[in-house]
Amino acid sequence: MIGGLFIYNHKGEVLISRVYRDDIGYVAQRSFMVTSCIKPATLFNVNLFVCRRNAVDAFRVNVIHARQQVRSPVTNIARTSFFHVKRSNIWLAAVTKQNVNAAMVFEFLYKMCDVMTAYFGKISEENIKNNFVLIYELLDEILDFGYPQNSETGALKTFITQQGIKGQTKEEQSQITSQVTGQIGWRREGIKYRRNELFLDVLESVNLLMSPQGQVLSAHVSGRVVMKSYLSGMPECKFGMNDKIVIDKQGKGGDLYAFCCSGKQSIAIDDCTFHQCVRLSKFDSERSISFIPPDGEYELMRYRTTKDIILPFRVIPLVREVGRTKLEVKVVIKSNFKPSLLAQKIEVRIPTPLNTSGVQVICMKGKAKYKASENAIVWKIKRMAGMKESQISAEIELLPTNDKKKWARPPISMNFEVPFAPSGLKVRYLKVFESKLNYSDHDVIKWVRYIGRSGIYETRC
Amino acid sequence: VLFVKFFTMNSIFIFELKAELNSDKKEKKKEAVKKVIASMTVGKDVSALFPDVVNCMQTDNLELKKLVYLYLMNYAKSQPDMAIMAVNTFVKDCEDPNPLIRALAVRTMGCIRVDKITEYLCEPLRKCLKDEDPYVRKTAAVCVAKLHDINAQLVEDQGFLDTLKDLISDSNPMVVANAVAALSEIAESHPNSNLLDLNPQTINKLLTALNECTEWGQIFILDCLANYTPRDDRESQSICERVTPRLSHANSAVVLSAVKVLMKFMEMLPKDLDYYGTLLKKLAPPLVTLLSAEPELQYVALRNINLIVQRRPEILKHEMKVFFVKYNDPIYVKLEKLDIMIRLASQANIAQVLAELKEYATEVDVDFVRKAVRAIGRCAIKVEQSAERCVSTLLDLIQTKVNYVVQEAIVVIKDIFRKYPNKYESVIATLCENLDSLDEPEARAAMIWIVGEYAERIDNADELLESFLEGFHDESTQVQLQLLTGIVKLFLKKPTETQELVQQVLSLATQDSDNPDLRDRGYIYWRLLSTDPVAAKEVVLAEKPLISEETDLIEPTLLEELICHIGTLASVYHKPPSAFVEGSRGVQHKRLPGSAESVESPEPASAAVPEASPSIIPSQGDLLGDLLNLDLTPPTSTAAPPPTSGLQMGAMDLLGGGLDSLVRPLGGDLGGNPMGAGFGAPASAMPPSFSAPASGGLDDLFDLGGGVGMPTGAYTPPKTMWLPAMKGKGLEISGTFARRSGVIQMEMTLTNKAMSVMTDFAIQFNRNSFGLAPAGPLQVLTPLSPNQSIEVSLPLNTLGPIMKMDPLNNLQVAVKNNIDVFYFSCQYPMSVLFSEDGKMESKVFLVTWKDIPNDNETQCQIKDCHLNSDAASNKLQGSNVFTIAKRTVEGQDMLYQSLKLTNGIWVLAELKVQTGSPVFTVSLKCRAPEVSQAVFQSYEAILRN
Repeated sequence: MIGGLFIYNHKGEVLISRVYRDDIGYVAQRSFMVTSCIKPATLFNVNLFVCRRNAVDAFRVNVIHARQQVRSPVTNIARTSFFHVKRSNIWLAAVTKQNVNAAMVFEFLYKMCDVMTAYFGKISEENIKNNFVLIYELLDEILDFGYPQNSETGALKTFITQQGIKGQTKEEQSQITSQVTGQIGWRREGIKYRRNELFLDVLESVNLLMSPQGQVLSAHVSGRVVMKSYLSGMPECKFGMNDKIVIDKQGKGGDLYAFCCSGKQSIAIDDCTFHQCVRLSKFDSERSISFIPPDGEYELMRYRTTKDIILPFRVIPLVREVGRTKLEVKVVIKSNFKPSLLAQKIEVRIPTPLNTSGVQVICMKGKAKYKASENAIVWKIKRMAGMKESQISAEIELLPTNDKKKWARPPISMNFEVPFAPSGLKVRYLKVFESKLNYSDHDVIKWVRYIGRSGIYETRC
Repeated sequence: VLFVKFFTMNSIFIFELKAELNSDKKEKKKEAVKKVIASMTVGKDVSALFPDVVNCMQTDNLELKKLVYLYLMNYAKSQPDMAIMAVNTFVKDCEDPNPLIRALAVRTMGCIRVDKITEYLCEPLRKCLKDEDPYVRKTAAVCVAKLHDINAQLVEDQGFLDTLKDLISDSNPMVVANAVAALSEIAESHPNSNLLDLNPQTINKLLTALNECTEWGQIFILDCLANYTPRDDRESQSICERVTPRLSHANSAVVLSAVKVLMKFMEMLPKDLDYYGTLLKKLAPPLVTLLSAEPELQYVALRNINLIVQRRPEILKHEMKVFFVKYNDPIYVKLEKLDIMIRLASQANIAQVLAELKEYATEVDVDFVRKAVRAIGRCAIKVEQSAERCVSTLLDLIQTKVNYVVQEAIVVIKDIFRKYPNKYESVIATLCENLDSLDEPEARAAMIWIVGEYAERIDNADELLESFLEGFHDESTQVQLQLLTGIVKLFLKKPTETQELVQQVLSLATQDSDNPDLRDRGYIYWRLLSTDPVAAKEVVLAEKPLISEETDLIEPTLLEELICHIGTLASVYHKPPSAFVEGSRGVQHKRLPGSAESVESPEPASAAVPEASPSIIPSQGDLLGDLLNLDLTPPTSTAAPPPTSGLQMGAMDLLGGGLDSLVRPLGGDLGGNPMGAGFGAPASAMPPSFSAPASGGLDDLFDLGGGVGMPTGAYTPPKTMWLPAMKGKGLEISGTFARRSGVIQMEMTLTNKAMSVMTDFAIQFNRNSFGLAPAGPLQVLTPLSPNQSIEVSLPLNTLGPIMKMDPLNNLQVAVKNNIDVFYFSCQYPMSVLFSEDGKMESKVFLVTWKDIPNDNETQCQIKDCHLNSDAASNKLQGSNVFTIAKRTVEGQDMLYQSLKLTNGIWVLAELKVQTGSPVFTVSLKCRAPEVSQAVFQSYEAILRN
């Protein structure tokens, strides 16, 4: 299991250190910091180094101060394994000498970031320094002897607070413990809202790789259903969408909705994963999504589709080399959705060769600029309705070089946001049942929103 | 702000802090403790404040208490005497009405790793394990593991393990999960204990808890389930059915652990079962989904997918596209994806794969580009239809003149030539243009190989090779060896103009080099060329076997083990845990369970390798009884040994074109060894059945070297395989017996074919016919590291207990090491028992010969023995068979001989040698005629060798 956990700043100074097991060696008892950068040493030197100092220093020297790019998120230095993730310029490292579950260690590190963010916002050196007592308290609770324990913020916030817990009654105490260890560890009892309300966001990112001739090389949508729930009591929820498997099943049973949206309206989901509140065995057997939601915002599910994706934009590139010192580029973009809908934040990035000396751009819509530092022409359009077309043409002057290596022509990439789900996913219902309190499904105010964003949306040219 | 202030202090005024800690004001106290903790974090020594901090412990303020506990955990070890001061408070806190405080106390208690105070903690822990509050119980469960880490004996004596086992049936799922985690960890350090007594009832409890506990708990339970071996395929299926819903969990670790359980239990399902197919289909989507996780997790997932694809390629064969590299993937993800792409490449998707690889070859990261170029070559070898396109792609890349791309391309083109002979040689001209830019040994060696191999098509081959020869001594061994072979090839093809060149290289290799490999290869070529150039041509330019399609495959037994470790570090490193975990933990090797329909062989090649016959294992009963001194863990009944793979044989083909082309026909001709596993073949691939002919062949081969042969003296048979690595859990023993200056020696070669270090060797013999027993302990002083061999010579005496064996010279041996005890039996040649004082007085001989009844005389013929009587006599004398008289009757030599066995039995012999006839007739007379048969065998062996 995890033997210790360290948080470093970008200089490699230890901000937080918690050692769970002796085998990884005690934390430096010195304030002296090695600030000089030691070059990636030979294996022999590294071993020597580790013997003389300890795990904390080994990581600093070999990973944080290493000149190279990170070649692996897991590093083994002198039989000690370091797992690390980086958030802005803060490094989190878990250390072990055993054959631990590596996936679990990373999941835990991410979870720890989530918990810290939930408690004090952005993970930054300053925030960590200001909250170090809190972080130690959290670590004590969520990682016991290197074993991750309940790390749901909802539960943690009931008994780890910055104010200290005062005047708990016996009932309150046992309520906390039963919640932390209970089956529904993510929600506490006794939540009350005057207005029962929930927000569903279907957030999708559509990814595309297209050949210059317009052939789809690969396309997929990875989507998330994010829910914000403000519901009283312990509500039982059921979520339905136009999942092809469900629709086909119900279609046979004569369900009217299913009948209406059979065929094109339902979507084939390649795979989906759920928040731990969802009863997985029920999904496995009946494909129904039922759960008691955490309070506040959380991610209900993630899914992935590859079939019948609506590609919101088509990019048609045309690159012509005029002699050795000039390139002519023309790019047409076409929006491919209902004319009544508006796409936003459109950005097309056209890469230019390294030896570009000057660029002239003409575009029909939006603004275009050559950014020498990024080696690209960036074309921005604020809004664009469906079924429209726009184009840009540019003349690129090149410096003559004797570099034999051809320009690799990186793909043209695109960013945008559209108010629909490119996968075609539709929320059919979200029913709420709370038997103990007197509100019914109809009393809950529900909001549904679809946002489709570009993931990696590239067209080769 | 607080922190900054603390951390910028140049020196801590301990004195000042001391005063604050002893302040009456709670707030001030708390701030002071915070300051102490802050100093501790940055590594300042604040241990001097120990008594003052501990004084703050008795408070009802939970926050302050937590801070003090934190301090205690850090410094208790360095101040054990003072740590005792805290014991009382812990005991008190464990009875606090507030469950949060009880749990906090029991949690911290375990972290105070001071031996002295552990025993004070047993009572509070016992109470907490039975606490009414589940939060306390789940914390206490982990505390047992902590205590076990400090003092295992104490935990066992106090019966905590039983309590922990009871907690598996707890009503609270989190308690169950923590108990499982603690038990699993404790069980790991007791490999043979039956601590985690997994039976269908406990499994059922675990599966129920699985649905209810936290994501982390699910991981603990799934990892534990993976250690269980279901009784039959039905149980296996029902567990699989209850585990599959976990594949939709948002936590990747839960998914991977579920995949591990399924991959393992699937082995037991019959393949024709519908459910088997369903399960296979269910595995693909979650694996693909793992690739949309954060990059670090993607990396873990990809390393695991790499294993899964090797074990069950069918799962992901349609998912090639998801492994295409994205522009902004971190480099470690890119490299792993590339690996999997090559594994999944097939005729169906090769066009797409090639298009991708071509893109990658123009990226910036050098490692990535190299790997992409290499991948193109591997595609050519794997998918024949694509070979032409691959070659033209590679040529395009060579045209870029980017140094490392060119070198990488040449290395793979060499393999393509091997795979498709006489097809793409037209590109040689292009390759030769780039000779000068090659600066890496591998590329230079590849290029030299090409020039040597196709010397007849390259007009200036001699010039090209000569240019390399100039800096011969500065080249790496790889290049030197290749250059030697290349020039010999050239010489055999164009002998007239290259005589000088070949002489030059041979003398460079044999006289000026201190590398033994190079020198030996040089001598072998030299002798071959000088003895029989025609044979040399046949040997050196022999047709090469085809190279295998798959490369870099993980060895099957290791792969099986790694599959059992899916999700863990072992699967990330692709190494067994013993390779990177210290101490006893994780040394056990895990195996996949056998399938319902016997052992399935993943590679068709392996099916061809004959299995070792188990005949050498003697009946266990009496053997076990006798081998007392060894600690007798009964031989674990492992599943049928995994088939050795024939693929490794293929792997050696890639080693060096020249070497194996030399060795192959030699081995084939002389040893009659059909596999041709000459020098280079990893011995693990050697099926035990062929060991005898192979070693014979090798002896012959060595004789050829300089006619040195065996020193005349006692005859020693060649070593034979006694314990194949498959039966010895990686330990391979081959050996022989010899008699050297009156002492019987058991000479063994111990080879470690396992992944872990072997130590603690010991040996023991069963009773045997002549009372052979080790005269001393088995001397293996240094631990035997993986792939290391060691020669051991064990002196024997004949003072051991006696029991008649059948055959008489059978010897049953037990060898122990840190892994297990292994049994094998072998036969010693009778000749080792022939003692030095076996020469009889001729008078006594005559009397004795007459004295022994004729019924005791046995006769036997030895065929194919081309020796004259004197030579035979000399040879036999070397093995203590003494000729007493000789007479010649009608062209027939009669030798009268005597020998004495170590137990005092005399054997008299008459040896008839017909001049010019290869048939010898031996008559033996002995008072104990049982030994005759074995003596004959020795005669035969001595005379024939």
